[in-house]
Amino acid sequence: MQIRNVLQYLENTVKRVPGKTAYEDGEGRSLTFAEVYEKSRAAGSFLAREGVYGEPVVIFMEKTPDQVAAFFGTVYGGCYYVPIDEEMPKLRTDLIIGTLKPKIMICDESTAGKAEEFDFDGRIVLWSEISKTPEDEAALTRIRDRQIDTDPIYIVFTSGSTGVPKGVIACHRSVIDYIENLSEVMGFNEDTVFGNQSPFYFDACLKELYPTIKFGAKTVIVPKQLFMFPLKLVEFLNEKKINTVCWVVSALTMISAFGVFDEVKPEYLKTVAFGSEVFPIKQFRIWRQAMPDTVFTNLYGPTEATGMSCWYRVDRDFEEGQSIPIGRPFNNTEIILLDDKDCRADEGEICIRGTAVTLGYYNNPEKTRESFVQNPLNDNYPEIIYRTGDIGRYNERGELEFISRKDYQIKHLGHRIELGEIEANVSTVDGIKSCCAVYYKEKDKICLYYVGDIEKADLSKTLKGMLPRYMLPTVITQLDMMPLTPNGKINRKYLGDKASGKAE
Amino acid sequence: MDELLEILNELHSDVDYGTCETLIDDKILDSFDIITIVTEVNERFDVKIPATELVPENFNSAKALWALIERLDEA
Repeated sequence: MQIRNVLQYLENTVKRVPGKTAYEDGEGRSLTFAEVYEKSRAAGSFLAREGVYGEPVVIFMEKTPDQVAAFFGTVYGGCYYVPIDEEMPKLRTDLIIGTLKPKIMICDESTAGKAEEFDFDGRIVLWSEISKTPEDEAALTRIRDRQIDTDPIYIVFTSGSTGVPKGVIACHRSVIDYIENLSEVMGFNEDTVFGNQSPFYFDACLKELYPTIKFGAKTVIVPKQLFMFPLKLVEFLNEKKINTVCWVVSALTMISAFGVFDEVKPEYLKTVAFGSEVFPIKQFRIWRQAMPDTVFTNLYGPTEATGMSCWYRVDRDFEEGQSIPIGRPFNNTEIILLDDKDCRADEGEICIRGTAVTLGYYNNPEKTRESFVQNPLNDNYPEIIYRTGDIGRYNERGELEFISRKDYQIKHLGHRIELGEIEANVSTVDGIKSCCAVYYKEKDKICLYYVGDIEKADLSKTLKGMLPRYMLPTVITQLDMMPLTPNGKINRKYLGDKASGKAE
Repeated sequence: MDELLEILNELHSDVDYGTCETLIDDKILDSFDIITIVTEVNERFDVKIPATELVPENFNSAKALWALIERLDEA
């Protein structure tokens, strides 16, 4: 039978291995497949009872197995989940809530108090209560009969250059297409034990959460604090017998850069996928040398195409200065490189065609039209492709390589950031006259320059209330005046050179 | 010690590093901070913090971190 709803994964698996642990964290909290199934059906029944259907439901919970059940519960209710994070600053959360205008926010005991402070006039409900709603089988069946595979299941927010985050909305069919093709490439199965690093409010966690219900595998949520202490991190991987990780590069280099392999090795780890950032070859070689039997796969893709679109299984050694290719697209996805005249080229903007292309940006037709566009190679019928804004090329082996971003969007510690969004936020601070954020790539630092009547320390403090942690400038410098280009724009190139020590 | 405080102040100017002994336990420092601190310390003090020393106890206070730098410097 063809899968057309992601919940069919869960329903097939719960029949097979109901008592097996599906999700667990480092603090002893866990849920079996049967518990995930029962709780999520209860939550779906709650939404049905309240008459909430086809709407965004904000999930504001601690990162726990129960949060995953809340995601599926939302889908059982025929709604789409929008995870937001505890550590997100209030300003950003309020912008997201303003975009969604949600009626319901699901919280747990630890977040409910904070939720009261948001600019939110809907209803706050407690997971511990709604997950005990008696199951209404008839209502859930009615919802399922109504649902089609292009109905959305989640929204995740990415950085936007105007300072307003963009909500990428994805449907069943895109997620199913992605999970099927990713699983085939990566060889996931029932014995896979994932060590999850990615926050649940990013699409990156799809890689673990959905194959887990598809195969009856297991996801262990790695405590965030461990990513500061690599030795303890590897000990945790061993304790939990984790055999598969799909992490941002900075989490992996944390282990290799500190010589952890001299002390202890991840004994069970057989599958390592990485992405979202360029892997420094020096660090990558340390990994490969320490783990000769482990398969390494580089993944590439934007949130707008449901996570990852391309893969490359490392099959050879790389010299320093070389970059690891992004390889080739998954089955059922095509990559088109377009030059500045919108013609197919060997080097150009990476554009994605396929079922995995998401539905667009929620409540933002303008931004959607800019990036989700008619395929310029096809004049004959409507066909949407997604323009990533990344520049790629084919190397002499016919493999795709990522070259750089087209605009000011950068990758910092695994997060996609628009420098413009940082600037837009800094500009709103009292006393700021002008500012410019540049990225010092070699050191992975965001350097903020500003002119204004505010002390550096005060600015830094203010920004902490406005920007997520990963978007905060690493270095802040006050200037008497902003360097300008001959035509009067802020001289980004000069500041970029200054940040990297190439100019005084 | 002053140079170390400079690094720390740049990260969180609102923390009293003279008295705080729970920088990790109270989640004041996160992984981004640790990476920055380690990079800066390695560079400015010409030491190399090994994995075995990268444990919460060494980062809970400015004092503990300074003791670590001195220990590494002597070795």
